[in-house]
Amino acid sequence: MLPNIDYSELPRALQHMLERGQTVKTLPRRSFLKLAGATGLALGAFPHIALADPAAGGKAASSLKPTQQPSAFVQIAGNGEVTVTINRLEFGQGVHTALPMILAEELDADWSLVRSRHGTNDAAYVDPLFGIHLTGGSHSIKNSFSQYRELGARARAMLLGAAAARWKVDVATLRTQAGTVLGPGGRKLGYGELAEAAMAQPVPEKVTLKDPKDFRIIGRPTPRLDAQAKSSGRQDFGIDARLPGQLTAVVARPPVFGARLAAMDDSAARAIKGVRAVLRVPLDGGAEGVAVVADGYWQATQGRDALKLTWDTAKVEKVDSERQLVQYRELAGRPGPRKFDADMAPLATAPQQLEAEFVFPYLAHAAMEPLNCTVALTEGRAELWVGSQCAGLDAGAAARVLNLKPEQVTVHVQMAGGGFGRRFSSTSDTVVEACEIAKAARAAGLNAPVRTLWSREDDMRGGFYRPMHLHRARVGFDERGNVLAWDHVIVGQSITTGSVFEQFQVKNGIDGTATEGMRDPYPLPMRLTVHHPKLNVPVLWWRSVGSTHTAFVMETLLDEIARTTQQDPVAYRMRMFGDKHLRHRDALQLAVDKSGYGKTRLPEGRAWGVAVHESFDSVVAYVVEASVKDGRPMLHRVTAGVHCNLAVNPRTVEAQVQGAAVTGLSMCLPGSAITLKDGVVEQSNFDGYTVARITDMPEFNVHIVPSAEPPTGIGEPGLPPLAPAFANAIARLTGKPLRQLPFKLA
Amino acid sequence: MKLIVNNREVTIDADPAMPLLWALRDLIGLTGTKFGCGAAQCGACTVHMDGEAIRSCITPVSDAAGKKLTTIEAATDGTDRVGAAVHAAWIKHDVAQCGYCQSGQIMSAIALLKSLPSGQQPTADSIDAAMAGNICRCGTYVRIRAAVADAARTLA
Repeated sequence: MLPNIDYSELPRALQHMLERGQTVKTLPRRSFLKLAGATGLALGAFPHIALADPAAGGKAASSLKPTQQPSAFVQIAGNGEVTVTINRLEFGQGVHTALPMILAEELDADWSLVRSRHGTNDAAYVDPLFGIHLTGGSHSIKNSFSQYRELGARARAMLLGAAAARWKVDVATLRTQAGTVLGPGGRKLGYGELAEAAMAQPVPEKVTLKDPKDFRIIGRPTPRLDAQAKSSGRQDFGIDARLPGQLTAVVARPPVFGARLAAMDDSAARAIKGVRAVLRVPLDGGAEGVAVVADGYWQATQGRDALKLTWDTAKVEKVDSERQLVQYRELAGRPGPRKFDADMAPLATAPQQLEAEFVFPYLAHAAMEPLNCTVALTEGRAELWVGSQCAGLDAGAAARVLNLKPEQVTVHVQMAGGGFGRRFSSTSDTVVEACEIAKAARAAGLNAPVRTLWSREDDMRGGFYRPMHLHRARVGFDERGNVLAWDHVIVGQSITTGSVFEQFQVKNGIDGTATEGMRDPYPLPMRLTVHHPKLNVPVLWWRSVGSTHTAFVMETLLDEIARTTQQDPVAYRMRMFGDKHLRHRDALQLAVDKSGYGKTRLPEGRAWGVAVHESFDSVVAYVVEASVKDGRPMLHRVTAGVHCNLAVNPRTVEAQVQGAAVTGLSMCLPGSAITLKDGVVEQSNFDGYTVARITDMPEFNVHIVPSAEPPTGIGEPGLPPLAPAFANAIARLTGKPLRQLPFKLA
Repeated sequence: MKLIVNNREVTIDADPAMPLLWALRDLIGLTGTKFGCGAAQCGACTVHMDGEAIRSCITPVSDAAGKKLTTIEAATDGTDRVGAAVHAAWIKHDVAQCGYCQSGQIMSAIALLKSLPSGQQPTADSIDAAMAGNICRCGTYVRIRAAVADAARTLA
């Protein structure tokens, strides 16, 4: 949901974050304990580095960073319950279970006693590699695997130290097993009995980790820790945050991005029962809106409906999708910066030629939980409750709006109902807007927490879309399908320009997120030209980012070359993977073997489709069966081969691949597009913007390539290859390639 | 206005046009029922009114007065046999991802199973048809199908 990040650029990125005044704060020890007490969970807690209490005998390892200190991540209650704090946002991807699994493995915890909870914008909860609070880019497990193992191992060492002291024996004589320390002569103490004493133990700097062959939690299909709450209506999300006296705000937004208010008559709105205030507020992108603050959401929307507003749209750009496509086609013919270069002379003489144009629309994230943020202001302090993918940046943005220091802002990260990238915008738009409203409400004399809640229409028409893209390709190849030259152009808005990622993603005028997934791993002589037009439609990363379009282009064009040269699409790809891209080979072979491809004869009217794509360091291959019924493409069966190295929780890997594929399938369905007419977004709800429903869902089987290598991403890689595999099957049936999403049969 | 919610009589002071969803969430404090679209497009707000699955986001609270309302909180608290079976199947199959739509999914599933004559198992098509009004953006549909079928088997 965020760009793949070039690790070689990290130091520069981190410097950039620091320059921006990234929030770094630590919880004072007292409030930490109080917080723990309030949950009724923790009697014992491990000391926090900067706060180690010498009186209690605690010795913090001063060389350890906050991200390495067990105190911020592990609490052990007297009854043995272990509560693990996650440094990410849980919004479906399963980190609420997988991160505790990783920690519990090295802690040797009793899994049945492990619980999970969200963190805050505390410095301990930054991504240990990026140094900022970040959920995205399918990085959570990949970047925190070693971190959470070491945290668990440190906590275990402290428990062992406490037991050794209690029994007056050498620590080397002790071992641990499922939440207990076992000593000589059958001695045994539960972690809950040792937790208090363990607090006084020094935090070890270096710890020895388990041999992966000894894992008993990692790698085991494990039910989600939040399954019970999420199957009974008892799980609270950001939208459910409820503070005493809380009011609800909704915002009347301009019909065109960036427009401001010309005139307002709010007398009818103010007369509605339950409406407390009508406030003009600045919105993202220089726009202006009107917030109606009321006792509840219904009263607020009643007030909004009663507003008489005149908007000044004269000076703002009014994007129109049809005109935009004409402009993009014109741009595609112009010279521009090149991502790759190669000799294009063979294009003139190649025995086979292929020319293609692809069009991809804007797409909304359309997470099920509409955007929301609750803000409580007191003198010199702000508390926010929000499902945030970037708690630190959001806190920093809130502080700027509220004229506070970053350390005066606390973001309580809330369970979120999906996100797909939308809960991290480069301007913190949702949080900034909620803070502007809370500030204006306070200035208007309303001394109450304010929840700003977006309607579905606000959410869908509010921008921050996956950008519209145009691709053009000219490919020359020989009769064996060897590509001799490939001239390619991409036109689309840059998503990282203006974001914290710009400095290390945009090079030579090219946003790396627009080209990720192009060419590699295929050994193709490609010239790739990129144009980034500037338009006022806000754009953003969207689950699997650049690969949402590049995978479709690459995998359908290669399939077409295989078809044209009468080669098997699997054998053709395998030949290009050669012996260099073994993970691609293994993933594809697994999908082929499990699907029956090449062995099973399909029913009349069905065809196989194949696609493979690497994104976020994982490879997913699909072999699908599809047909055309009444002119409509139908997807019947999908077999996935997945290579994500070690699968921490195979059950979650399966769910993530299926789920990402459903989003990939959504992109193919008629009506899966955001379009603009004279600057106005034409879709506003699920009646106009299609997403996949259960009736669209194929039979689906996921198979994971066994591996003990450190885990790679899994939240996104299942998305990119679905649409091209589906399209390739349809092309085999109709003889005509599909070159736009959503699908349009000629 | 008097509502009967989860076998409890509740008196609220509300505009009769207020959707039942907001009466449940903002006035009564039952937040298990979710706001997804406000237009009966996504099913996240599904509750039972006199045993029938309805979209509470477009149902005026005045229409619900005097009717027997059941929300996810009571449907899965173990007192209802069908609700308990669906709840257990949802956990067994680890259906939820973000979980936001699952209250509505479960309420639709319970309504389907309650609508079947005793002992009759739902077909794959009837499960899809009953669940087609409930969107899940995480894409949990494969497990929803399996959980509904499994719950039906345990009730047979």
